[in-house]
Amino acid sequence: MLNVSLSPHVHSGNSTRKCMAQVLVALVPALLWSFYQFGIGALIVTLSSVAFCVLFEFLITRFLLKTPTTVGDLSAIVTGVLLAFNVPSNIDIWILAIGALFAIGVAKMSFGGLGCNIFNPALAGRIFLLIAYPVQMTTWPTEAGYADVATGATPLALIGQYVNGADVTIPSIVDCLVGNTGGSLGEVSAIALLLGGCYLLFRKTITWHIPVSVLLSAFVFGFLFFGFDAKLAVEELLCGGMMLGAIFMATDYVSSPMNSRGQLLYGVCIGFLTMVIRRYGAYPEGMSFAIFIMNAFTPLINKYVKPQRFGVVKK
Amino acid sequence: MKTFKLGGVHPAANKLSDKAPIVVAEVPALVAIPMAQNLGAPSKAIVAKGDKVKVGTPIGEPGGFLSSFVHSSVSGTVDKVDVVEDATGKKVPAVFIKVEGDEWEESIDRSKDIVKEIKLEKQEIIDRVKAMGIVGMGGATFPTQVKLTPPPTAKPECVIINAVECEPYLTSDHSLMLAHPEEICIGVRILEKAMGVKKAYIGIEANKPDAIELMTKTAAAGYPEIEIVPLKLKYPQGGEKQLINAVIGKDVPSGGLPIATGALVQNVGTAFAVYEAVQKNKPLIERIVTVTGKSIKKPSNFLARLGVPIQNLIEAAGGLPDDTGKVISGGPMMGKAMPDTNSYMVKGCSGILVMRNEEARRKEASPCIKCGKCVQACPMGLQPLFLAVYSEKNMLDAAEEERIYDCIECGSCSFSCPANRPLLDWIRQGKPKVMGILRQRAAEAKAKADAAKAAAK
Repeated sequence: MLNVSLSPHVHSGNSTRKCMAQVLVALVPALLWSFYQFGIGALIVTLSSVAFCVLFEFLITRFLLKTPTTVGDLSAIVTGVLLAFNVPSNIDIWILAIGALFAIGVAKMSFGGLGCNIFNPALAGRIFLLIAYPVQMTTWPTEAGYADVATGATPLALIGQYVNGADVTIPSIVDCLVGNTGGSLGEVSAIALLLGGCYLLFRKTITWHIPVSVLLSAFVFGFLFFGFDAKLAVEELLCGGMMLGAIFMATDYVSSPMNSRGQLLYGVCIGFLTMVIRRYGAYPEGMSFAIFIMNAFTPLINKYVKPQRFGVVKK
Repeated sequence: MKTFKLGGVHPAANKLSDKAPIVVAEVPALVAIPMAQNLGAPSKAIVAKGDKVKVGTPIGEPGGFLSSFVHSSVSGTVDKVDVVEDATGKKVPAVFIKVEGDEWEESIDRSKDIVKEIKLEKQEIIDRVKAMGIVGMGGATFPTQVKLTPPPTAKPECVIINAVECEPYLTSDHSLMLAHPEEICIGVRILEKAMGVKKAYIGIEANKPDAIELMTKTAAAGYPEIEIVPLKLKYPQGGEKQLINAVIGKDVPSGGLPIATGALVQNVGTAFAVYEAVQKNKPLIERIVTVTGKSIKKPSNFLARLGVPIQNLIEAAGGLPDDTGKVISGGPMMGKAMPDTNSYMVKGCSGILVMRNEEARRKEASPCIKCGKCVQACPMGLQPLFLAVYSEKNMLDAAEEERIYDCIECGSCSFSCPANRPLLDWIRQGKPKVMGILRQRAAEAKAKADAAKAAAK
């Protein structure tokens, strides 16, 4: 008996699992840096976050939805790592558990699971925690360890104070680039994140459109909003969640637009919103809110921004 | 290096037979020549049981405007006119001929000499092409005389020869170029004359450097108006619209004919068949076919007569392997899966691809993750994931708005989908429905306009 089906009869061999695995590989440099910078705390937080996310997805599919479990596609692990990257490395485990439950249970599975969610689950988890536990979420350790570590302000907060006329020293560009600063677990080293981004581009997991448009737009608006100071604008790019957001959070397949034109618009809007929030908002950090807001606009962008068509001439 | 502007994918080339020389396939004791070998209306058999035929005797005549002549590929006696199954399992009429010797029609020039001088005039060429049953050899089998007669509003500027062979595995065009470069150039010149143009391009993908070199040398030695255009490897470069875009940078307007860009595209195999028809008076009775596959013992390029059982060709390449899961007529991207190997050689069959069991099955589809890889891959600038959903849900207005009618069914979307979604399967469900609505709407508009005109009188 011969198999009969419609063409094409061959497949690229790509799979959801492979895409997710590539993202995980790309996250490794930043993860290693976080171990170096924050020590055992980074390890504890990352492992528990991944464990919670996988566990919740497994329990929900098994007992609530009663469908075959989707843990095998690795997306829950990606969410787990990204959630860990977005919290301080000394966060309490129980808070992390709540964040993971919100990310997987509410933002992902209640919408129908991977592919159906409107918002990036890890981002939703982070924002939930930021609003629910503002103190714990904005107390950043400045040294390695987990319990009882010294804490301090992040570079973004310092820049904010500096721009408003306070007499503070802002970290050097080199420190921000390497990641020799305080901040959320995975966001501090711009170089490590860029390395991961290059890997994703090289493997064609993502295209350049979203990261480049986010960063360019953030630079331009940062330059405009922060007193036409190019150095400050560059620091804004290197500090806080900018790199993590531009390379890993905004490029989330499910919650970003489908075609490159839509992606460029999406990226520019994220850069703009981030700098508005950072300069004029109550939070020093604006990346997650900006991406979250644009997640909500993705269906609208998909509806109105069409790709370049072949053989259609504008009249 | 040039290529087309939008989308495209890179399937593994797997050109297993690219070093295999052209071998003349054995003529069996009985052939069955199908009467539906071209796009459009099938041909009508004009012979009956007991008739004696020679190689090149017409046995089928056009069954309409868009149709072709069919000639006997062997000499012998007509055994019966019956039905056979074509490659897709559809029943079509066919003429069965018992082979006796190998006697050719006297009008055919069987010498090995290359005839360079083109004596026929424009219309004579087109008539000859029709009489010799030439169709598009790339697989679409569009009757060539119809393509050489564009609407009077068209302004032909150049001929583009499709020698891209972007389908993985297939090497029939490649081996043809290596064997007959000069004949191809003369064929191209005949096409130029038929179209009244003085410029031609031959597009060849970069994975055939020997063919590029040989064709360039041949063209330079006596055919200066023929330009060889090496193309960057990318599927579906052999699509007519993509090839025109890659070679001369123009877009075929949506819904329009390719000739609107001034380019007439013909397959390299067609150019060779045109040479043989016009210079040698030889009808289309045989073609080169690649028989290949990872488990095939001897991946081969055969020169096979029309009507030879496919089974015989597979035997000649070492037989059907035990691990066979699928047999495809054509390449793996756009070819058709055959229900069995009982069909017969036809004009459009460029390859027989035998796939292993493990290659033959699709992986289970999982939910769409909106990665946009199908959008990146689509050479027409469509968004296949939406088209598939609209087709599935029968949302035909939305499918029309997303231009489902522009789909060329190249399969790049399904190929690249990480969730293994059968995108093109769904699009194929919705596309004909939308096309039907468009045709109906055009017919109604025309009827209304005619009625208004009649009322005005």
